[in-house]
Amino acid sequence: MEFLQHFGGVFEPLSFMLLLGGTIGGLILGATPGLSPTMAVALLIPFTFQLPATQGLILLGAAYTATVAGGAVSAILLKIPGAPANIATSLDGHAMASTGRGTQALHVSFLASGVGGVVGVLLLIFLTPVLSRWALAFGPSHLFWMAILGVTVIGSLDSRSFVKGLLSGCLGLWLSMIGYDDIQGAQRFIFHDSLTGGVNIITALIGIFAIPQVIEMLARGRCEHKVSTVSVHRQSLLESLKLLLANGRALSIGTFVGSIIGLIPGVGGQIAGLLAYDQTRKFSNDPDSFGKGNPAGVIAAESANNAMVGPSLVPLLTLSIPGSPTAAVLLGGLLIHGIFPGSDLFDNYPDVAWTFINSMLIGQILMVIFGIWVASHAARVAHVPPPIMAAAVTILALFGSYSVQQSMGDVYIMLALGVGMYLLEKVGFSAAPLVLGLILGPIAEANFIQGSMIANAMNGPAEYFLSGTLNLLLLILVLASIGWSFFSTHLANRRARNLSNTAEVSLES
Amino acid sequence: MRKRYIGTALLAVSTLLGTTQTMADDYPERPVSLMVSYGAGGATDFQARLVSMMANNENYLGEPIVVINKPGAGGRVGWNWFASDAEADGYTLAAYNVPHFIAQSIEGGVRYDADSFEPIANWGADPAVVVVAADSEFNSIQELLAYAVENPGKVTVSGAGLYVGHHIAALQIQKAIGGKLAYIPTKGGGAAAMKAVIAGNVVAGINNLSDAYRAREAGNVKILAVADTQRSEQFLPDVPTLMEAGYEVDNASVNYRGFMVPAGTPTSVIDFLASRVPEMFSDPKVAEQMAAGGSGVQVMSREEVHAMWAARQETLNDLLANL
Repeated sequence: MEFLQHFGGVFEPLSFMLLLGGTIGGLILGATPGLSPTMAVALLIPFTFQLPATQGLILLGAAYTATVAGGAVSAILLKIPGAPANIATSLDGHAMASTGRGTQALHVSFLASGVGGVVGVLLLIFLTPVLSRWALAFGPSHLFWMAILGVTVIGSLDSRSFVKGLLSGCLGLWLSMIGYDDIQGAQRFIFHDSLTGGVNIITALIGIFAIPQVIEMLARGRCEHKVSTVSVHRQSLLESLKLLLANGRALSIGTFVGSIIGLIPGVGGQIAGLLAYDQTRKFSNDPDSFGKGNPAGVIAAESANNAMVGPSLVPLLTLSIPGSPTAAVLLGGLLIHGIFPGSDLFDNYPDVAWTFINSMLIGQILMVIFGIWVASHAARVAHVPPPIMAAAVTILALFGSYSVQQSMGDVYIMLALGVGMYLLEKVGFSAAPLVLGLILGPIAEANFIQGSMIANAMNGPAEYFLSGTLNLLLLILVLASIGWSFFSTHLANRRARNLSNTAEVSLES
Repeated sequence: MRKRYIGTALLAVSTLLGTTQTMADDYPERPVSLMVSYGAGGATDFQARLVSMMANNENYLGEPIVVINKPGAGGRVGWNWFASDAEADGYTLAAYNVPHFIAQSIEGGVRYDADSFEPIANWGADPAVVVVAADSEFNSIQELLAYAVENPGKVTVSGAGLYVGHHIAALQIQKAIGGKLAYIPTKGGGAAAMKAVIAGNVVAGINNLSDAYRAREAGNVKILAVADTQRSEQFLPDVPTLMEAGYEVDNASVNYRGFMVPAGTPTSVIDFLASRVPEMFSDPKVAEQMAAGGSGVQVMSREEVHAMWAARQETLNDLLANL
């Protein structure tokens, strides 16, 4: 209960102002496409040079928490996920927004983020020593199976067609191979200079999600009045709260999956949201409603990606290993004040460490409050006429993709991917599996090659990848996930046949 | 009509000439950007931001330095851009990492070599060290390398990618013992390589001195040797160099970081920077922040960096020739 003694530090005037500033700023940065949590934190580091260690960390911690949640705003209203963590949010979130439930989507997204986030930070507070061993348990072979587990989700992410989902996933895997390969030193598919560094995931997200929308808006433009943009009506917070409680299962699956996966260095944040989303759908009574505006999808995704924030810092704070790019940036922020994170951090700098963690706890709550406040203003986005909206999204997309690594090459990649995706969507492919392939490709590949190299120095790949409890457990999960996909498709087909055979309304549903 | 065109053209040319003239005299008259070819938050980025924070001081540049990141392909993206697209007017500096960019130019497939750039000054040196997990059976570098000689290819060694300091150190150790290590490059830099050591995924690792020092303070690793010509008196006075331990490994793998400009930058600008930048690196405030971060400071002048680049080029040509 040591952390309770350090709550006072959070409420000192300067600290609290920084916490507020970091939260509000983080929400805005997070909602801007292209500004990922990592970049937001990196941009803030110079500001912390002048601050004492504790206050500097409060600012960074608050910004980290809020940017992760802020990404949901653009995912829901614009269908542009601010970061990979928000991809799953956009699936149902934007569908809700286009059917007039935008405010509700934002409400449940922030409430779910808050619940997930608080649980995640509590785990960090109480279970850090236990969890740090779990974070180290994952070697290359386990991370490879984790990535494959993610790949099994690909086919089912596309609600329209299993085969087209898999094909988009493969396309994503291929895109992820472009560029210089750090492990084998090979240059792959580099036909143009701007491809040397490969396809950046943030650039790809912006292109794949934003550009098809812009083209769609412009294509329908003036000639039709029925342009599908979001509509946001006033909706009561109480209703949203009830909706959240009614989806307790989605909330608990999201929080659980997010906090477990957030721990694993190098994988966590990016796929936590998607895996939680997929699990929630598999356990749902009505899997077909996902992707069409089911609030459970938003709740699962957002609770997962914020639950991951706390545990993702466990390897950093106890082992001094940054488990995610954002944690690496936070490490820089700690070092600058002469604080070396490690197992003795909590003994040597208890006030700094605990105030930092407490500020993240309070930050989660502030984030919910301000997020809901943002939601009430989001209605204005809905009143923007489509042509202006299209122009605004284009500007955001251009600015966002350039700012990722100050490269015009990225802007061209973004535009090319966007136009390509528009054409693919016309023939029934969808964006989410493609992006998942792009994210998982490098994780699976790097860990497979590293694992094979290590295995060669040991007793061969078969033993390395297929023995040990954790390997087998993950392998079983992979097989179960594939099996379930086939089984549920089979069930759905039979149900569809039954429905068409008998004109009566099925009693089951 | 035509006369007017010619007149305008002449005017334009003379203005251009005029600006280049005054540019060199008044340099710098606007903020200077510093390209870092690694991502925000990495060690190079972090240190580059630290050492350039005093640039605004009248005794140094009198203008702020703005860091821009162009990460990708182990630094190749940024340095390719710097060699062919950056304006050689002194307003675009870049951070160099030696031996990385020299090794990459020897490997090929990039648009730069040591002649594409003009060094300004060096700010830091981060030697590679050999680490094993805290519970490893190996307690000295001799034990580890003797085992490696007996079991060729069985000692897995993690490091941050190919053609970086860690890789060079592994190659030099292999050459020195006449044996074979299984070098495992990781994606995600030194942190991922260090995690592989601590978690026991690999037998040993080669990593940055600064990160290894922190990992040892945290009780996670043992540091067996430093790949440098002298011990690190500041951080690891008790750890021997590989040379002291009896292995023919010099400082070719030490990660040197500093400022450079594209070849073709006006001499007056280079001279100005070469006189001011080392002073800026030596500022007590910079030194204090660098020491707090556990980063080794080594300020070197333009001439010293020139000599260091040339020496690296020679060693690496030999070492990488038979790869």
